[in-house]
Amino acid sequence: MKRHLISAADLTRDDAVLILDTAEEMARVADRPIKKLPTLRGRTVCNLFFEDSTRTRISFEAAEKRLSADVINFAAKGSSVSKGESLKDTAQTLEAMGVDAVVIRHGASGAPYRLANSGWIDAPVINAGDGTHQHPTQALLDAFTMRRRLIGPDAGIGQDLAGRRITIVGDVLHSRVARSNVDLLHTLGAEVTLVAPPTLVPVGVETWPCEVSYDLDSVLPKSDAVMMLRVQRERMNAAFFPTEREYSRRYGLDGDRMARMPGHALVMHPGPMVRGMEITAEVADSGRCTAVEQVANGVSIRMAVLYLLLGGNEPAVTNPRTEEK
Amino acid sequence: MDANSSEVGAQLPARPVLEGPDIARMLTRIAHEIVERAKGADDVVLLGIPTRGVFLARRLAAKLQDITGRTVPVGSLDITMYRDDLRLGPARTLARTEIPAEGIEGRVVLLVDDVLFSGRTIRAALDALGDIGRPRAVQLAVLVDRGHRELPIRADYVGKNLPTSLREAVKVQLTEEDGRDAVLLGLKQTTPAGER
Repeated sequence: MKRHLISAADLTRDDAVLILDTAEEMARVADRPIKKLPTLRGRTVCNLFFEDSTRTRISFEAAEKRLSADVINFAAKGSSVSKGESLKDTAQTLEAMGVDAVVIRHGASGAPYRLANSGWIDAPVINAGDGTHQHPTQALLDAFTMRRRLIGPDAGIGQDLAGRRITIVGDVLHSRVARSNVDLLHTLGAEVTLVAPPTLVPVGVETWPCEVSYDLDSVLPKSDAVMMLRVQRERMNAAFFPTEREYSRRYGLDGDRMARMPGHALVMHPGPMVRGMEITAEVADSGRCTAVEQVANGVSIRMAVLYLLLGGNEPAVTNPRTEEK
Repeated sequence: MDANSSEVGAQLPARPVLEGPDIARMLTRIAHEIVERAKGADDVVLLGIPTRGVFLARRLAAKLQDITGRTVPVGSLDITMYRDDLRLGPARTLARTEIPAEGIEGRVVLLVDDVLFSGRTIRAALDALGDIGRPRAVQLAVLVDRGHRELPIRADYVGKNLPTSLREAVKVQLTEEDGRDAVLLGLKQTTPAGER
Protein backbone atom coordinates (compact mmCIF):
# COMPACT_ATOMS: atom_id res chain seq x y z
CA MET A 1 0.00 0.00 0.00
CA LYS A 2 1.08 3.55 -0.61
CA ARG A 3 1.87 5.81 2.35
CA HIS A 4 -0.93 8.27 1.55
CA LEU A 5 -4.53 7.68 0.51
CA ILE A 6 -5.21 10.43 -2.01
CA SER A 7 -7.19 8.70 -4.74
CA ALA A 8 -9.14 5.47 -5.02
CA ALA A 9 -7.09 4.86 -8.18
CA ASP A 10 -3.95 4.49 -6.00
CA LEU A 11 -5.27 1.22 -4.59
CA THR A 12 -4.53 -2.12 -6.19
CA ARG A 13 -7.11 -4.87 -6.07
CA ASP A 14 -5.21 -6.55 -3.21
CA ASP A 15 -4.94 -3.26 -1.27
CA ALA A 16 -8.68 -2.70 -1.61
CA VAL A 17 -9.60 -6.25 -0.60
CA LEU A 18 -7.25 -6.01 2.40
CA ILE A 19 -8.96 -2.79 3.51
CA LEU A 20 -12.41 -4.38 3.14
CA ASP A 21 -11.33 -7.51 5.04
CA THR A 22 -9.79 -5.42 7.82
CA ALA A 23 -12.96 -3.32 8.01
CA GLU A 24 -14.96 -6.53 8.48
CA GLU A 25 -12.96 -7.26 11.65
CA MET A 26 -13.22 -3.62 12.76
CA ALA A 27 -17.01 -3.80 12.38
CA ARG A 28 -17.07 -6.44 15.12
CA VAL A 29 -15.59 -4.00 17.62
CA ALA A 30 -18.83 -1.98 17.34
CA ASP A 31 -20.74 -4.91 18.89
CA ARG A 32 -18.58 -5.00 22.01
CA PRO A 33 -19.32 -3.37 25.36
CA ILE A 34 -15.98 -1.52 25.15
CA LYS A 35 -15.73 -0.14 21.63
CA LYS A 36 -12.06 0.66 21.82
CA LEU A 37 -8.77 -0.79 20.68
CA PRO A 38 -5.36 0.32 21.99
CA THR A 39 -3.76 0.11 18.55
CA LEU A 40 -3.00 3.80 17.84
CA ARG A 41 -2.24 4.85 21.41
CA GLY A 42 0.14 7.77 21.47
CA ARG A 43 -0.42 8.66 17.81
CA THR A 44 -1.85 12.05 16.97
CA VAL A 45 -4.21 12.44 14.03
CA CYS A 46 -5.28 15.86 12.80
CA ASN A 47 -8.62 16.31 11.05
CA LEU A 48 -8.08 19.27 8.77
CA PHE A 49 -11.44 20.35 7.41
CA PHE A 50 -11.43 23.32 5.04
CA GLU A 51 -14.94 22.45 3.84
CA ASP A 52 -18.15 21.69 5.73
CA SER A 53 -18.84 18.11 6.63
CA THR A 54 -20.87 16.29 9.23
CA ARG A 55 -20.84 12.64 8.28
CA THR A 56 -17.23 12.30 7.18
CA ARG A 57 -15.73 14.34 10.00
CA ILE A 58 -17.69 12.58 12.75
CA SER A 59 -16.97 9.25 11.12
CA PHE A 60 -13.21 9.87 11.01
CA GLU A 61 -13.26 11.17 14.57
CA ALA A 62 -15.14 8.11 15.82
CA ALA A 63 -12.72 5.82 13.98
CA GLU A 64 -9.68 7.61 15.40
CA LYS A 65 -11.06 7.51 18.94
CA ARG A 66 -11.98 3.83 18.72
CA LEU A 67 -8.36 3.15 17.84
CA SER A 68 -7.22 5.29 20.82
CA ALA A 69 -5.47 7.94 18.71
CA ASP A 70 -5.22 11.50 20.01
CA VAL A 71 -7.45 13.67 17.83
CA ILE A 72 -6.95 17.31 16.89
CA ASN A 73 -9.87 18.89 15.04
CA PHE A 74 -8.93 21.83 12.86
CA ALA A 75 -11.83 23.62 11.18
CA ALA A 76 -10.20 26.10 8.85
CA LYS A 77 -13.47 27.66 7.81
CA GLY A 78 -13.40 31.25 6.59
CA SER A 79 -9.65 31.53 6.15
CA SER A 80 -8.89 34.69 4.21
CA VAL A 81 -5.34 33.73 3.27
CA SER A 82 -4.88 32.49 -0.28
CA LYS A 83 -5.12 28.74 -0.56
CA GLY A 84 -1.56 27.75 -1.34
CA GLU A 85 -0.08 29.86 1.43
CA SER A 86 -2.57 28.92 4.07
CA LEU A 87 -2.19 25.22 3.35
CA LYS A 88 1.57 25.49 3.58
CA ASP A 89 1.44 27.44 6.84
CA THR A 90 -1.03 25.03 8.34
CA ALA A 91 1.02 22.05 7.24
CA GLN A 92 4.17 23.47 8.80
CA THR A 93 2.31 24.17 12.04
CA LEU A 94 1.09 20.58 12.14
CA GLU A 95 4.54 19.26 11.35
CA ALA A 96 5.98 21.34 14.20
CA MET A 97 3.36 19.90 16.57
CA GLY A 98 4.36 16.42 15.51
CA VAL A 99 1.15 14.97 14.12
CA ASP A 100 1.37 11.39 12.87
CA ALA A 101 -1.34 11.63 10.20
CA VAL A 102 -3.49 14.26 8.54
CA VAL A 103 -7.06 13.74 7.38
CA ILE A 104 -7.89 16.54 4.99
CA ARG A 105 -11.03 17.79 3.31
CA HIS A 106 -10.61 20.74 0.99
CA GLY A 107 -12.79 22.55 -1.53
CA ALA A 108 -9.96 22.65 -4.05
CA SER A 109 -9.30 19.52 -6.08
CA GLY A 110 -5.72 18.39 -5.55
CA ALA A 111 -5.15 20.02 -2.14
CA PRO A 112 -4.47 16.66 -0.40
CA TYR A 113 -2.07 15.68 -3.19
CA ARG A 114 -0.22 18.96 -2.76
CA LEU A 115 -0.03 18.42 1.00
CA ALA A 116 1.29 14.89 0.59
CA ASN A 117 3.87 15.64 -2.09
CA SER A 118 5.09 19.12 -1.18
CA GLY A 119 7.58 18.07 1.49
CA TRP A 120 5.90 20.44 3.98
CA ILE A 121 4.88 17.57 6.14
CA ASP A 122 6.14 14.08 6.76
CA ALA A 123 2.96 12.39 8.03
CA PRO A 124 0.66 10.20 5.89
CA VAL A 125 -2.19 12.16 4.31
CA ILE A 126 -5.70 10.74 4.00
CA ASN A 127 -8.03 12.46 1.56
CA ALA A 128 -11.49 13.01 3.07
CA GLY A 129 -12.83 14.67 -0.09
CA ASP A 130 -11.23 17.31 -2.29
CA GLY A 131 -13.35 19.50 -4.57
CA THR A 132 -14.79 17.47 -7.42
CA HIS A 133 -11.76 15.13 -7.50
CA GLN A 134 -11.78 12.17 -5.08
CA HIS A 135 -13.28 10.81 -1.86
CA PRO A 136 -11.56 7.43 -1.51
CA THR A 137 -12.89 6.37 1.90
CA GLN A 138 -16.44 6.94 0.64
CA ALA A 139 -15.81 4.62 -2.30
CA LEU A 140 -14.32 2.04 0.06
CA LEU A 141 -17.30 2.13 2.40
CA ASP A 142 -19.66 1.87 -0.59
CA ALA A 143 -17.77 -1.18 -1.87
CA PHE A 144 -17.82 -2.61 1.67
CA THR A 145 -21.60 -2.13 1.87
CA MET A 146 -22.07 -3.79 -1.54
CA ARG A 147 -19.86 -6.74 -0.64
CA ARG A 148 -21.65 -7.27 2.67
CA ARG A 149 -25.11 -7.10 1.09
CA LEU A 150 -24.46 -8.87 -2.23
CA ILE A 151 -22.03 -11.58 -1.06
CA GLY A 152 -22.28 -11.58 2.75
CA PRO A 153 -20.15 -10.40 5.68
CA ASP A 154 -18.37 -13.73 6.14
CA ALA A 155 -18.63 -15.13 2.62
CA GLY A 156 -17.21 -11.87 1.29
CA ILE A 157 -13.81 -12.14 3.03
CA GLY A 158 -11.07 -12.12 0.41
CA GLN A 159 -13.58 -11.48 -2.39
CA ASP A 160 -13.84 -8.57 -4.82
CA LEU A 161 -16.94 -7.43 -6.71
CA ALA A 162 -16.15 -9.19 -10.01
CA GLY A 163 -19.06 -9.14 -12.45
CA ARG A 164 -21.41 -7.05 -10.26
CA ARG A 165 -23.23 -4.33 -12.14
CA ILE A 166 -23.31 -1.00 -10.36
CA THR A 167 -25.25 2.03 -11.61
CA ILE A 168 -24.39 5.53 -10.43
CA VAL A 169 -27.15 8.06 -11.07
CA GLY A 170 -27.21 11.85 -10.89
CA ASP A 171 -24.82 14.76 -10.70
CA VAL A 172 -21.69 12.94 -11.86
CA LEU A 173 -20.11 16.20 -13.03
CA HIS A 174 -19.69 17.61 -9.52
CA SER A 175 -19.32 14.31 -7.70
CA ARG A 176 -16.03 13.19 -6.20
CA VAL A 177 -17.97 10.20 -4.85
CA ALA A 178 -18.74 9.08 -8.41
CA ARG A 179 -15.11 9.48 -9.53
CA SER A 180 -13.76 7.50 -6.60
CA ASN A 181 -16.39 4.82 -7.02
CA VAL A 182 -15.70 4.39 -10.74
CA ASP A 183 -11.98 3.92 -10.01
CA LEU A 184 -12.41 1.55 -7.08
CA LEU A 185 -15.28 -0.51 -8.49
CA HIS A 186 -13.34 -0.98 -11.72
CA THR A 187 -10.30 -2.15 -9.70
CA LEU A 188 -12.57 -4.59 -7.85
CA GLY A 189 -13.88 -6.01 -11.13
CA ALA A 190 -17.38 -4.51 -11.14
CA GLU A 191 -19.06 -3.06 -14.23
CA VAL A 192 -20.06 0.55 -13.67
CA THR A 193 -22.69 2.49 -15.60
CA LEU A 194 -23.13 6.22 -15.08
CA VAL A 195 -26.61 7.64 -15.68
CA ALA A 196 -27.09 11.40 -15.85
CA PRO A 197 -28.49 14.16 -18.03
CA PRO A 198 -25.88 14.96 -20.72
CA THR A 199 -25.18 18.32 -19.07
CA LEU A 200 -24.11 16.63 -15.84
CA VAL A 201 -21.71 14.18 -17.49
CA PRO A 202 -18.11 15.43 -17.28
CA VAL A 203 -15.94 16.09 -20.32
CA GLY A 204 -13.52 13.22 -20.90
CA VAL A 205 -15.80 10.59 -19.39
CA GLU A 206 -15.06 8.34 -22.39
CA THR A 207 -11.61 7.71 -20.89
CA TRP A 208 -13.11 6.46 -17.59
CA PRO A 209 -13.44 2.70 -17.13
CA CYS A 210 -17.25 2.74 -17.25
CA GLU A 211 -20.34 2.98 -19.48
CA VAL A 212 -22.53 6.07 -19.78
CA SER A 213 -26.29 6.09 -20.33
CA TYR A 214 -28.93 8.81 -20.39
CA ASP A 215 -31.83 6.46 -19.80
CA LEU A 216 -32.33 5.27 -16.22
CA ASP A 217 -35.23 2.92 -16.95
CA SER A 218 -33.25 0.78 -19.40
CA VAL A 219 -30.35 0.33 -16.95
CA LEU A 220 -32.30 -0.42 -13.75
CA PRO A 221 -33.32 -4.04 -14.51
CA LYS A 222 -29.66 -4.98 -15.04
CA SER A 223 -28.28 -3.46 -11.84
CA ASP A 224 -27.06 -5.15 -8.66
CA ALA A 225 -26.79 -1.79 -6.89
CA VAL A 226 -28.04 1.67 -7.77
CA MET A 227 -26.23 4.60 -6.21
CA MET A 228 -28.16 7.87 -6.18
CA LEU A 229 -26.17 11.11 -6.04
CA ARG A 230 -27.32 14.44 -4.70
CA VAL A 231 -27.55 17.35 -7.14
CA GLN A 232 -24.82 19.62 -5.76
CA ARG A 233 -26.38 22.99 -6.25
CA GLU A 234 -23.63 24.72 -4.22
CA ARG A 235 -21.10 23.78 -6.92
CA MET A 236 -23.35 24.75 -9.85
CA ASN A 237 -22.67 27.96 -11.73
CA ALA A 238 -25.13 27.43 -14.59
CA ALA A 239 -28.52 25.90 -15.38
CA PHE A 240 -27.83 22.22 -16.03
CA PHE A 241 -31.47 21.12 -16.33
CA PRO A 242 -34.75 22.97 -16.94
CA THR A 243 -36.62 22.30 -13.67
CA GLU A 244 -36.23 20.17 -10.59
CA ARG A 245 -39.47 18.40 -11.40
CA GLU A 246 -38.19 17.36 -14.80
CA TYR A 247 -34.90 16.13 -13.30
CA SER A 248 -36.78 14.25 -10.63
CA ARG A 249 -39.13 12.64 -13.16
CA ARG A 250 -36.33 11.42 -15.42
CA TYR A 251 -33.50 10.69 -12.99
CA GLY A 252 -35.14 10.37 -9.58
CA LEU A 253 -35.71 6.98 -7.95
CA ASP A 254 -39.30 6.35 -6.86
CA GLY A 255 -41.21 3.26 -5.80
CA ASP A 256 -42.21 2.32 -9.38
CA ARG A 257 -38.64 2.47 -10.61
CA MET A 258 -37.38 0.52 -7.58
CA ALA A 259 -39.89 -2.23 -8.40
CA ARG A 260 -38.19 -2.65 -11.77
CA MET A 261 -34.84 -3.44 -10.15
CA PRO A 262 -33.89 -7.08 -9.52
CA GLY A 263 -35.09 -8.38 -6.14
CA HIS A 264 -31.62 -8.51 -4.60
CA ALA A 265 -30.51 -5.07 -5.82
CA LEU A 266 -29.60 -2.33 -3.35
CA VAL A 267 -30.36 1.37 -3.34
CA MET A 268 -27.40 3.37 -2.08
CA HIS A 269 -26.90 7.02 -1.24
CA PRO A 270 -23.74 8.68 0.08
CA GLY A 271 -25.81 11.37 1.82
CA PRO A 272 -27.00 13.96 2.42
CA MET A 273 -30.25 12.89 0.72
CA VAL A 274 -32.67 15.40 -0.73
CA ARG A 275 -35.98 13.59 -0.41
CA GLY A 276 -38.32 14.28 -3.29
CA MET A 277 -35.46 15.27 -5.60
CA GLU A 278 -33.19 12.33 -6.49
CA ILE A 279 -34.93 9.85 -4.18
CA THR A 280 -38.48 9.63 -2.81
CA ALA A 281 -39.17 9.11 0.88
CA GLU A 282 -40.75 5.74 0.02
CA VAL A 283 -37.45 4.49 -1.44
CA ALA A 284 -35.24 6.16 1.17
CA ASP A 285 -37.14 4.48 4.02
CA SER A 286 -37.40 1.05 2.38
CA GLY A 287 -35.33 -1.89 3.55
CA ARG A 288 -33.39 -1.87 0.29
CA CYS A 289 -31.90 1.56 0.91
CA THR A 290 -28.54 1.25 2.65
CA ALA A 291 -27.93 4.95 3.44
CA VAL A 292 -27.83 4.45 7.23
CA GLU A 293 -25.83 1.23 6.94
CA GLN A 294 -23.29 3.12 4.81
CA VAL A 295 -22.72 5.59 7.64
CA ALA A 296 -22.09 2.77 10.13
CA ASN A 297 -19.79 1.03 7.65
CA GLY A 298 -17.91 4.30 7.18
CA VAL A 299 -16.51 4.10 10.71
CA SER A 300 -15.27 0.54 10.14
CA ILE A 301 -13.66 1.45 6.82
CA ARG A 302 -11.90 4.49 8.30
CA MET A 303 -10.65 2.41 11.23
CA ALA A 304 -9.26 -0.07 8.71
CA VAL A 305 -7.52 2.63 6.65
CA LEU A 306 -6.05 4.30 9.75
CA TYR A 307 -4.86 0.97 11.13
CA LEU A 308 -3.28 -0.17 7.87
CA LEU A 309 -1.51 3.17 7.31
CA LEU A 310 -0.52 3.95 10.91
CA GLY A 311 -0.64 0.67 12.85
CA GLY A 312 2.90 -0.39 11.99
CA ASN A 313 6.10 1.47 11.24
CA GLU A 314 5.13 1.47 7.56
CA PRO A 315 1.90 0.81 5.63
CA ALA A 316 0.61 -2.74 5.42
CA VAL A 317 2.28 -4.90 2.81
CA THR A 318 -0.31 -6.45 0.58
CA ASN A 319 -0.15 -10.14 0.42
CA PRO A 320 1.24 -11.12 -2.96
CA ARG A 321 -0.81 -14.31 -2.71
CA THR A 322 -3.44 -13.44 -5.30
CA GLU A 323 -6.05 -15.98 -6.15
CA GLU A 324 -5.41 -17.71 -9.43
CA LYS A 325 -8.44 -17.88 -11.60
CA MET B 1 13.62 -39.65 16.51
CA ASP B 2 14.60 -40.54 12.97
CA ALA B 3 15.54 -37.74 10.64
CA ASN B 4 13.15 -37.59 7.70
CA SER B 5 13.42 -33.88 7.15
CA SER B 6 13.70 -34.17 3.39
CA GLU B 7 10.07 -33.18 2.67
CA VAL B 8 10.24 -30.08 4.84
CA GLY B 9 12.71 -28.57 2.40
CA ALA B 10 16.28 -27.39 2.50
CA GLN B 11 15.37 -23.89 3.72
CA LEU B 12 14.19 -25.06 7.11
CA PRO B 13 16.00 -28.24 8.11
CA ALA B 14 13.35 -29.20 10.64
CA ARG B 15 12.77 -32.60 12.15
CA PRO B 16 9.42 -33.70 13.54
CA VAL B 17 9.55 -34.16 17.30
CA LEU B 18 5.85 -34.99 17.60
CA GLU B 19 3.59 -36.74 15.09
CA GLY B 20 -0.17 -36.89 14.60
CA PRO B 21 -0.93 -39.64 17.17
CA ASP B 22 1.21 -37.87 19.81
CA ILE B 23 -0.77 -34.67 19.32
CA ALA B 24 -4.08 -36.50 19.52
CA ARG B 25 -3.05 -38.22 22.78
CA MET B 26 -1.86 -34.95 24.29
CA LEU B 27 -5.15 -33.21 23.47
CA THR B 28 -7.12 -36.09 24.99
CA ARG B 29 -5.03 -35.86 28.15
CA ILE B 30 -5.47 -32.07 28.36
CA ALA B 31 -9.24 -32.46 27.90
CA HIS B 32 -9.37 -34.89 30.85
CA GLU B 33 -7.27 -32.54 32.97
CA ILE B 34 -9.64 -29.68 32.18
CA VAL B 35 -12.68 -31.71 33.23
CA GLU B 36 -10.93 -32.78 36.40
CA ARG B 37 -9.68 -29.37 37.42
CA ALA B 38 -12.74 -27.37 36.34
CA LYS B 39 -15.02 -29.92 38.06
CA GLY B 40 -17.01 -30.92 35.02
CA ALA B 41 -16.09 -27.96 32.81
CA ASP B 42 -19.67 -26.67 32.72
CA ASP B 43 -18.75 -22.97 32.60
CA VAL B 44 -15.63 -23.25 30.44
CA VAL B 45 -15.32 -21.22 27.23
CA LEU B 46 -12.50 -22.10 24.85
CA LEU B 47 -10.87 -19.25 22.95
CA GLY B 48 -8.22 -20.15 20.40
CA ILE B 49 -5.56 -17.66 19.34
CA PRO B 50 -5.32 -17.51 15.51
CA THR B 51 -4.25 -19.24 13.47
CA ARG B 52 -3.48 -22.66 14.88
CA GLY B 53 -4.77 -22.08 18.39
CA VAL B 54 -8.27 -21.87 16.89
CA PHE B 55 -8.03 -25.37 15.40
CA LEU B 56 -6.62 -26.75 18.65
CA ALA B 57 -9.47 -25.10 20.59
CA ARG B 58 -12.03 -26.73 18.28
CA ARG B 59 -10.40 -30.14 18.70
CA LEU B 60 -10.31 -29.71 22.47
CA ALA B 61 -13.97 -28.68 22.48
CA ALA B 62 -14.89 -31.85 20.57
CA LYS B 63 -12.98 -33.98 23.06
CA LEU B 64 -14.58 -32.19 26.01
CA GLN B 65 -17.95 -32.86 24.47
CA ASP B 66 -17.13 -36.58 24.18
CA ILE B 67 -16.18 -36.68 27.85
CA THR B 68 -18.90 -34.53 29.40
CA GLY B 69 -21.71 -35.01 26.87
CA ARG B 70 -22.30 -31.25 26.77
CA THR B 71 -21.39 -28.78 24.06
CA VAL B 72 -18.55 -26.51 25.07
CA PRO B 73 -18.58 -22.97 23.61
CA VAL B 74 -15.57 -22.33 21.43
CA GLY B 75 -14.38 -19.16 19.70
CA SER B 76 -11.31 -17.26 18.63
CA LEU B 77 -9.45 -14.24 19.96
CA ASP B 78 -7.26 -12.21 17.62
CA ILE B 79 -4.54 -10.36 19.48
CA THR B 80 -2.95 -8.46 16.58
CA MET B 81 -4.11 -5.03 17.65
CA TYR B 82 -2.91 -5.62 21.23
CA ARG B 83 0.63 -6.71 20.33
CA ASP B 84 3.54 -4.79 21.85
CA ASP B 85 5.63 -5.13 18.68
CA LEU B 86 3.13 -3.59 16.22
CA ARG B 87 5.41 -0.61 15.60
CA LEU B 88 8.35 -2.84 14.74
CA GLY B 89 7.05 -3.81 11.31
CA PRO B 90 4.43 -3.03 8.66
CA ALA B 91 0.80 -3.13 9.77
CA ARG B 92 -0.25 -6.74 10.17
CA THR B 93 -3.27 -8.46 8.70
CA LEU B 94 -6.02 -9.03 11.25
CA ALA B 95 -7.57 -12.39 12.05
CA ARG B 96 -11.07 -13.18 13.24
CA THR B 97 -12.28 -12.64 16.80
CA GLU B 98 -15.36 -14.73 17.43
CA ILE B 99 -16.76 -14.65 20.94
CA PRO B 100 -19.37 -17.42 21.51
CA ALA B 101 -22.95 -16.24 22.05
CA GLU B 102 -22.76 -17.27 25.73
CA GLY B 103 -20.14 -14.55 26.27
CA ILE B 104 -17.25 -14.72 28.71
CA GLU B 105 -18.77 -12.81 31.62
CA GLY B 106 -18.33 -14.82 34.84
CA ARG B 107 -17.08 -17.90 33.01
CA VAL B 108 -13.76 -19.71 32.96
CA VAL B 109 -11.98 -18.70 29.76
CA LEU B 110 -9.44 -21.18 28.54
CA LEU B 111 -7.02 -19.61 26.08
CA VAL B 112 -5.58 -22.10 23.61
CA ASP B 113 -2.41 -21.59 21.57
CA ASP B 114 0.05 -23.79 19.75
CA VAL B 115 3.43 -22.68 21.13
CA LEU B 116 4.19 -20.83 24.37
CA PHE B 117 7.44 -18.90 23.95
CA SER B 118 8.09 -15.35 25.20
CA GLY B 119 4.61 -15.04 26.75
CA ARG B 120 3.97 -11.78 24.89
CA THR B 121 1.12 -13.21 22.84
CA ILE B 122 -0.64 -14.29 26.03
CA ARG B 123 -0.05 -10.86 27.59
CA ALA B 124 -1.75 -9.34 24.55
CA ALA B 125 -4.57 -11.89 24.80
CA LEU B 126 -5.20 -10.95 28.44
CA ASP B 127 -5.47 -7.28 27.42
CA ALA B 128 -7.84 -8.18 24.58
CA LEU B 129 -10.02 -10.21 26.97
CA GLY B 130 -10.24 -7.27 29.35
CA ASP B 131 -11.95 -5.22 26.62
CA ILE B 132 -14.51 -7.94 25.98
CA GLY B 133 -15.65 -8.81 29.47
CA ARG B 134 -14.72 -10.05 32.93
CA PRO B 135 -14.25 -13.81 33.11
CA ARG B 136 -14.31 -15.59 36.48
CA ALA B 137 -10.88 -16.99 35.67
CA VAL B 138 -8.53 -17.21 32.71
CA GLN B 139 -6.46 -20.30 32.07
CA LEU B 140 -4.01 -21.24 29.37
CA ALA B 141 -3.56 -24.45 27.41
CA VAL B 142 -0.69 -24.86 24.93
CA LEU B 143 0.43 -27.74 22.78
CA VAL B 144 4.14 -27.00 23.21
CA ASP B 145 5.96 -24.99 25.86
CA ARG B 146 9.41 -24.17 24.48
CA GLY B 147 10.60 -22.00 27.38
CA HIS B 148 12.43 -18.62 27.16
CA ARG B 149 9.70 -16.61 28.88
CA GLU B 150 10.08 -12.83 28.84
CA LEU B 151 7.04 -12.17 31.05
CA PRO B 152 5.71 -13.78 34.25
CA ILE B 153 3.27 -16.08 32.44
CA ARG B 154 2.81 -19.85 32.68
CA ALA B 155 0.49 -22.39 31.14
CA ASP B 156 -2.09 -24.37 33.13
CA TYR B 157 -2.20 -27.23 30.63
CA VAL B 158 0.83 -28.20 28.55
CA GLY B 159 0.92 -30.84 25.83
CA LYS B 160 4.67 -31.16 25.90
CA ASN B 161 7.55 -29.27 27.45
CA LEU B 162 10.12 -28.93 24.70
CA PRO B 163 13.44 -27.50 25.87
CA THR B 164 14.89 -25.45 23.00
CA SER B 165 17.69 -23.06 22.31
CA LEU B 166 16.95 -19.54 21.07
CA ARG B 167 18.52 -20.40 17.73
CA GLU B 168 15.90 -23.05 17.15
CA ALA B 169 12.41 -22.61 15.70
CA VAL B 170 9.37 -24.63 16.72
CA LYS B 171 6.67 -25.05 14.09
CA VAL B 172 3.31 -26.67 14.74
CA GLN B 173 1.54 -28.11 11.72
CA LEU B 174 -2.14 -29.00 11.86
CA THR B 175 -4.22 -30.83 9.27
CA GLU B 176 -6.72 -27.96 8.97
CA GLU B 177 -4.00 -25.52 7.88
CA ASP B 178 -0.96 -27.49 6.81
CA GLY B 179 -2.37 -30.83 5.64
CA ARG B 180 -0.79 -32.88 8.42
CA ASP B 181 -0.30 -32.96 12.19
CA ALA B 182 3.27 -32.52 13.44
CA VAL B 183 5.52 -30.45 15.64
CA LEU B 184 8.78 -29.58 13.88
CA LEU B 185 12.00 -28.44 15.46
CA GLY B 186 14.56 -26.74 13.24
CA LEU B 187 17.05 -23.94 13.06
CA LYS B 188 15.70 -20.42 12.95
CA GLN B 189 15.79 -18.75 9.55
CA THR B 190 17.85 -15.63 9.93
CA THR B 191 17.12 -13.95 6.60
CA PRO B 192 13.53 -12.62 6.75
CA ALA B 193 13.07 -9.54 8.91
CA GLY B 194 9.42 -10.23 9.59
CA GLU B 195 9.90 -13.39 11.65
CA ARG B 196 7.28 -14.13 14.27
